[in-house]
Amino acid sequence: MIAASLPDAQPVAGLIGGAMIGVAAAIMLLGLGRIAGVSGLAARAAGIARTGAPRGIALAFILGLPLGALLVASVTGGIRVSFPATGVLIVAGLIVGIGTSLGSGCTSGHGVCGLSRLSRRSLVATLLFMASGFVTVAAMRATGWL
Amino acid sequence: MALLLALLSGTLFGAGLVISGMADPMRVRAFLDLFGAWDPTLAFVMAGAILPMALAWRVQRRLERPFADSRFSLPETRRLDGKLAFGAILFGIGWGLGGLCPGPAIAGLALAPASAAPFVLAMLAGMALHRFTTR
Repeated sequence: MIAASLPDAQPVAGLIGGAMIGVAAAIMLLGLGRIAGVSGLAARAAGIARTGAPRGIALAFILGLPLGALLVASVTGGIRVSFPATGVLIVAGLIVGIGTSLGSGCTSGHGVCGLSRLSRRSLVATLLFMASGFVTVAAMRATGWL
Repeated sequence: MALLLALLSGTLFGAGLVISGMADPMRVRAFLDLFGAWDPTLAFVMAGAILPMALAWRVQRRLERPFADSRFSLPETRRLDGKLAFGAILFGIGWGLGGLCPGPAIAGLALAPASAAPFVLAMLAGMALHRFTTR
């Protein structure tokens, strides 16, 4: 079901979109002196984290994410996305929330900002969450979920 | 100025997520699906994002302070510990399960709110659960 609707690889779009993400993170770093880590900024914006960016900064960044998505969707005439079932999303969201809080970051903070800084902590975190993601999906496939 | 820069950064970030295809959980999961129809796009996104950021870090080292603030506020922790490892492993499980990490999930609120909202709310609940159970 999922394999049948699998989109083909898009290296060029990936590189262009990725570069936009990198420039966005560079604006945070050079403009505001902060890491563009989405999990940390989301926690801060929601009032969960005690430390981190000023709340207004966090809110402005977090509001920008759906705004940017909306802009691209309206220019290109809609974006097709397919999400898993709601029950799966809730369980996955809960695990992602606990994991990123415990591990102090996600794909953006550790993956993009940390790796490019040659941070040892971020390298370890990125290798671990990639490996665990690969194993999780392999397990889903092995148990006939995918 | 600072607020505008943060909004600009978030907007560019969200636009980049959509253009790169990473706003689609199935494409992200396809990257993690080594034994299925593997889709390497996410690797190109990471490469595209890390290049400008690597340059930015080189510039950062020469700056006294950022353009719109009085000082840099960057993580200085260097210690590798169980918290980091266990947290990253947990995050990877959730990432694989849903095909979503925090950025695309929040950007997805504009694309598929009925699906993205339950994930984002559960994610915030997970964060709160961790913060309030440790201290």
